Amino acid sequence: MEFNNLGIPMIIPIVEPEIAPASRFDFHESLARHGLELKPTSIDTLQVNVGKLCNQACHHCHVDASPIRTESMDRRTAERCIQVLAGHPGITKLDITGGAPELNPNFDWMVKEARTLGKHVMVRHNLTVQFDGNPVTGESKEYLPEFFAEHRCEVISSLPFYSQYFTDKQRGKGVFDKSIEGIRRLNDAGYGKPDSGLLLNLVYNPAGAFLPASQGSLEADFKRELWNRSGLLFNNLYTITNMPIHRFREDLLRHGGYDEYMTKLVNAFNPDAAGGVMCRSLISVDYDGRLSDCDFNQMLDIPLDAAVPRSIFDWDFDAILHRRIVFADHCFGCTAGAGSSCGGTTA
Amino acid sequence: MSNYYESSDLSRFAEVGTHNKALMDKFFEYYAMATGTDGALTKREKQLIGLAVAHTIQCPYCIDAYSTGCLEAGADPAQMTESIHVAAAVRGGASLVHGVQMLNVLEKVGA
Repeated sequence: MEFNNLGIPMIIPIVEPEIAPASRFDFHESLARHGLELKPTSIDTLQVNVGKLCNQACHHCHVDASPIRTESMDRRTAERCIQVLAGHPGITKLDITGGAPELNPNFDWMVKEARTLGKHVMVRHNLTVQFDGNPVTGESKEYLPEFFAEHRCEVISSLPFYSQYFTDKQRGKGVFDKSIEGIRRLNDAGYGKPDSGLLLNLVYNPAGAFLPASQGSLEADFKRELWNRSGLLFNNLYTITNMPIHRFREDLLRHGGYDEYMTKLVNAFNPDAAGGVMCRSLISVDYDGRLSDCDFNQMLDIPLDAAVPRSIFDWDFDAILHRRIVFADHCFGCTAGAGSSCGGTTA
Repeated sequence: MSNYYESSDLSRFAEVGTHNKALMDKFFEYYAMATGTDGALTKREKQLIGLAVAHTIQCPYCIDAYSTGCLEAGADPAQMTESIHVAAAVRGGASLVHGVQMLNVLEKVGA
C-alpha cells in the first residue's frame, strides 16, 4: 500500500491515458514526461569506494559489504585518486565510503593527503568499527574519533532510529548500543558540539519497504531523543530512501513486495527532487578505479557512458563533465518524495 | 471474485468515483486535509489516530494504509502498538460502561 506526499492512499487515475506512462518503471519516460533533461552541473565531489570489507553485514546494504568480502582499493589506485584531486581545484570534496572504509590499509594516508590538498573530507563511518576493529587482521580502530578530529573530517554515520528496535533489526543485534557509544566517543572528540566545526551527520533510512518521514521532523526527533536518553549531540540528519538493489531488492522479491515498492517509488516521483540528484555533481570511483555516475550504479556494474573514459587512470575532466548520465530503474529511489542522496533529501 | 477483500483493491479506491467523480474528488480533498498534513496535530499524530480508528472499525484496507502511513510519518512500532491499545481500551470501556444500564435494570426489577 502506498501513500502520496499528503498521506492519503495512492490512487490509480481512472482514465487519463494522455499522461499514463508506457512503463511504470521507466525512469527515462518519467523524466521526459516532466520535461526534465538531467545533465551534470559540476564535478565537485569525488566519491571513492575503497572496498567492500566491513565489520557488519547490514540487512539493506546496497554494497553487499560484509566481513568476508575481499575487494579493496590498492595503493596505486588510491594515489591516482589523490592525483586527480590535486589536479582539479574545483573538486573540493573527497567522500570516502565502503564497506567500512577505515578498514582499507590506505585509508589514513588518503585522508591526510586530501587534507593536505585542502579538500573537504567526508567519511562514511559505521560507528561500530571503532569497537569491532578489522575482522580480518584484528587491528583496533579505537583511534578513529581522534584521527577524524585531528584531520577535521566530516563524519557521516548510519543510525536507522533513535531506539534499539529498528537499528538492530536493520544492522544487526547489538549495533544500537555500540553505535550510541561510538557517537559518545565522537562527541568526546568534539564532534557535534556547537562551534567545534567538527561535523557529525547521522543517516536515517527506513527499516522496510516504506518511504522516509520528513527529514526535518525526524531530525528534531533524533536530536531530542538522543539528547534526552543518552546526552548525545549531532549536527544534521540525512534521510535516505532504500534503494531497490542487491540485498534489499532480494528481500523484496523474497516477500513478494518488489513491484509494490517500485510502484510506490514511481508514484512518488518528484521533479524537484530529480533536479537535485547527486549524480549531477559527483563521480563515483570503485576499488579498482572504475568510474560510475553514483555508488548505486557502481554496485550494479553500470559504468559511465561509453563515450567517456571509464577509469580513474584515464581521467578527462571536461569529457566526464559533459557526459550523458546513465539512468536505470533504481534511480526512482533518488527521486521519490523529497528525494534521496548521500546528503539526504534533494527537493 | 474469490474473496470479499483483496489487498490490490485498495489502489482502486478512486474507481468508486466512476459514476460520480465530483463527489470523490471532494472527499479526497477533504481526506488529505484531515489526515495528511501538519496542523494543530502533527501528521504523525493524525496517522496514529487513523491507525487506532482502523482497528476499531476493523477495516483491513485502513489497517494496511495507516500502518504504512505511521511508518512514513516517523512513528515506530512501540507508538503504533500504544495507539491500538488506546482503541482497544476505549472500545472495551464502551462495553463495560453499559454495565450501568445493566445495574439500572437490576435495580428496577429488584434483583
